Amino acid sequence: MAVTTDTGADFRTRLQSWLPKLVLSPSLAVMLIFVYGFIAFTIYLSFTDSRMLPSYEWVGWQNYDRLFRVREWNIALTNLAIFASLYIAICTVIGLMLAIFLDQKIRGEGILRPIFLYPMALSFIVTGTAWKWFLDPAIGLENTMHLWGWESFAFDWIKDREMAIYTIVLAAVWQSSGFVMAMFLAGLRGIDNEILKAAQMDGASNFQLYRRIILPQLRPAFLSAFVILSHLAIKSYDLVIALTGGGPGNATALPATFMYSYTFTRNQMGIGAASAVIMLMTIAAIMVPYLYAELREKK
Amino acid sequence: MAAASTENAIRSSSFSRVLIYLVLLLFALFYLLPFGIMLVNSLKPLSEITGGNMIALPREWTIEPWLSAWSTAQIGVQPTGLRPYFINSIVMAVPAVLLSTIFGALNGYVLTKWHFPGATIIFGLLLFSCFIPFQIVLIPMARILGILDIAGTTGGLVLVHFVYGVGFTTLYFRNYYAAFPTELVRAAQIDGAGFFQIFYRILLPSSGPIIAVSFIWQFTNIWNDFLFGASFASGGSAPMTVALNNLVNSSTGVREYNVHFAGAIMAAAPTLLVYIVAGRYFVRGLMAGSVKG
Repeated sequence: MAVTTDTGADFRTRLQSWLPKLVLSPSLAVMLIFVYGFIAFTIYLSFTDSRMLPSYEWVGWQNYDRLFRVREWNIALTNLAIFASLYIAICTVIGLMLAIFLDQKIRGEGILRPIFLYPMALSFIVTGTAWKWFLDPAIGLENTMHLWGWESFAFDWIKDREMAIYTIVLAAVWQSSGFVMAMFLAGLRGIDNEILKAAQMDGASNFQLYRRIILPQLRPAFLSAFVILSHLAIKSYDLVIALTGGGPGNATALPATFMYSYTFTRNQMGIGAASAVIMLMTIAAIMVPYLYAELREKK
Repeated sequence: MAAASTENAIRSSSFSRVLIYLVLLLFALFYLLPFGIMLVNSLKPLSEITGGNMIALPREWTIEPWLSAWSTAQIGVQPTGLRPYFINSIVMAVPAVLLSTIFGALNGYVLTKWHFPGATIIFGLLLFSCFIPFQIVLIPMARILGILDIAGTTGGLVLVHFVYGVGFTTLYFRNYYAAFPTELVRAAQIDGAGFFQIFYRILLPSSGPIIAVSFIWQFTNIWNDFLFGASFASGGSAPMTVALNNLVNSSTGVREYNVHFAGAIMAAAPTLLVYIVAGRYFVRGLMAGSVKG
């Protein structure tokens, strides 16, 4: 900073040195209150007997104890396990395959890539509306197959308590697999061609090239895809509401729909808050180590 | 780096190339079909949908479903069509996008060019805040909006989207400005340029791409949001996604599928348009929010 003896300039210098903090402070205050303050408040509520409105009567672990006895919560957790594992696995496989295929000097790549990725720009409510009808046996795919003469064709998963969760997987994969493709493609394009050429001269087959050289180099892309997809899976709410409404019955309930219905429609705010805390902890368990590693790497 | 060209060194046989093209085309069909069929069926009279084949083109083309979805369809209790809700979404998204981008840019500038103790911790906290499940803030947010007397209003939603968007925009601008030569900032400082002058004259002129990323990504997220809209906006102030869901899921009497489809396409149109016009930045935004954490 310039050294001045003039008091006017001195004030300006002091103001200048305070400005950065001043500019940052509104966002900082907003974050501390609306994110971390709110998290603290919700955690606090999860230990109270709040029903329709917040109450400040401390009940200890009672809400958590009750939460894990509620049948619907256990259904939601089982569904999340099924949904998340299939969603992550299928998106990764499709995304990786499409990325590798697109990376083979494909003619029309500029047309195909945006087609694979556009569902990511849509709202889950739009996706749900489209798929709900496509999957409806009365007017969708099943009906079309019947009209084409395949009378025995049956595809009524969306009405089937056992199978309905898989329709959510299907629609979610449709929406996000192109995004995973884009992540892998970016990774593939960053790989040094000289190494590949050298390996080819040594007589490595394409399969060996991918297994030994390319896939190991995509490790960061795999990690990012896993983190982002699991984060999306745990937060999934809109798609379930639009596609099945959590039904039939509560066969497709997920933690996010459970939280909403217990808090706002069933007036069990304490239990709702407890379920939100569990969701936060699950995401934190995945995100914190990842973000920590990313931040350290950058330094 | 010259090596990171867009083409790789792999050669494949012509048989496997045919297979590759086949798979790629099949997937293109998989991604296009649901939306394409929806588009086609939004132009059919209802009788052709319930009694006909979904893949078939309309025998009788009609834009009636579109007109109905836009201005007369029953949303909740009012036969207003989706138009007022479309306007709600615009009134909500535009200020929220602008505010979160402006603050994100300034925050990114401060965090990268004005070092002070605790910057890393602040950034870490900000980063984590981008990834919280919003269920954890729903209850206190409902209370605060009530206390501020903006519960159930579009203004309330602007606040909510600003608050939970500014973390992401800060992340974008911070990563972008981190690569910007700090020497230029120092040189301007020695020349006596002030805090805002440096921002306007030196950083802002080269911020075009990241502003585009921030605009597009924020707009897409805010326009497509359902959870906050469903939680904090009631009746007439609901955003488009909530209105669409009401149209599709709570219509009594005959289910007018063609109207639902027209409505869904209307809800998708703005973000889809942005994607078509500026897809490059859309992809960059996805990456900035994930790979670069």
